[in-house]
Amino acid sequence: MRVEKDELVPCRTADDIVRVRKEVRARTVALGFTLVDQTKLVTAASEIARNTVEHGGGGIVRLQVVNDGVRNGLRLVFEDRGPGIRDIALAMSDRYSTGTGLGLGLSGAKRLSQDFSIDSKPGEGTTVVLGRWK
Amino acid sequence: MADAGRSPLLEIVEGNRSQLLESWVAHQLGSGSGQMRESEIREQSSRFLEEFRSALRSGAGGDAEGPSWQRVKEVLAEVSRTRTAEGFTPSQTAMFVFSIKEPLFRMLRAAVPDGAQLAEEIWKTTVLLDRLGLYTTELYQKTREEVIRRQQLELLELSTPVVELWDGILALPIIGTLDSERTQTVMENLLQRIVDAGAEIAIIDITGVPTVDTLVAQHLIKTISAARLMGADCIISGIRPQIAQTIVHLGLQLDVVSKATMADAFALALKRTGQRIGRSGPAQA
Repeated sequence: MRVEKDELVPCRTADDIVRVRKEVRARTVALGFTLVDQTKLVTAASEIARNTVEHGGGGIVRLQVVNDGVRNGLRLVFEDRGPGIRDIALAMSDRYSTGTGLGLGLSGAKRLSQDFSIDSKPGEGTTVVLGRWK
Repeated sequence: MADAGRSPLLEIVEGNRSQLLESWVAHQLGSGSGQMRESEIREQSSRFLEEFRSALRSGAGGDAEGPSWQRVKEVLAEVSRTRTAEGFTPSQTAMFVFSIKEPLFRMLRAAVPDGAQLAEEIWKTTVLLDRLGLYTTELYQKTREEVIRRQQLELLELSTPVVELWDGILALPIIGTLDSERTQTVMENLLQRIVDAGAEIAIIDITGVPTVDTLVAQHLIKTISAARLMGADCIISGIRPQIAQTIVHLGLQLDVVSKATMADAFALALKRTGQRIGRSGPAQA
């Protein structure tokens, strides 16, 4: 898989979440995603960006345009240096929330993207990767 | 040579005050701080030097912090305010402080013959003046942030109109991002209007909401439950196909009647409240 473009967007405040959504929307439009695919990835990005801000204490997002030789895709890498997640399986389950939310963000984001991976070490931070192909 | 306890800097600001003021003002006029009148520059510079001297004399440290620097900062606040109002950039405003360096350092060079001591004095002075110069920039930024905040509040008010569509039927078209602060205003407005109008049905139209994620959904659910407690039912309209699919994938359950368009929602609301709108009979020839 080739990374053709790699951009960094800060993700620290509630305003940054809006900005992340806008940037993701612009990239998916440029890549020619359908309206449904655009909306799915933007919504997934919104969920993870909010987690980065609220639970991770802020971080960054990498927006990567990738190519696997046949098709183009957009990969979003969310990184924070927050407290991390102790039990990823539990965090991924529907309706589980440590905050006051609905507990559907992580699991929902996974269902909304084609590629999903999460990596977290308690005390060191969390990295979530979302990907969607054209 | 300066006597013990009195820094050469204070010596100059005390002893050669008028000379320093003259060359500073000349320097400012020369470096094209353009729009301002000479008398104004002179007045501000003179007041700054006065307070600068008092602060130095009270033995305040060189870090521009602490109560003795308060009055210097007040002068700078005033300078910053008037210059921002006249359309100066932050750098131009900061130059007010920085431009004193040249004449001041020239005088320090004359007053301190010893090279090492001179370097030390210039370093201390430059740190102090840099702090004060940056302070004006900070002020500028604060003023700007204040403006942005005020505009945000105004937008908040503007963007949440609740309109009465028909007797007992309210509509709330939401446009843009639903963050927590805005939702609060939206919810309060809606509930208040429900009371005022004695409304039975409120149509919440989300055609203008670009993304419905779990937080937006949660806000909607809360608003709907609160309205229900006030005796009004909500109908959500304007869920576009891509949003509908996303909501399903997220696993959200919006326990509410929804319609694709505002027109459909309005028709349903009329039916529920036992009202009817129809065409009048065939037009008379």
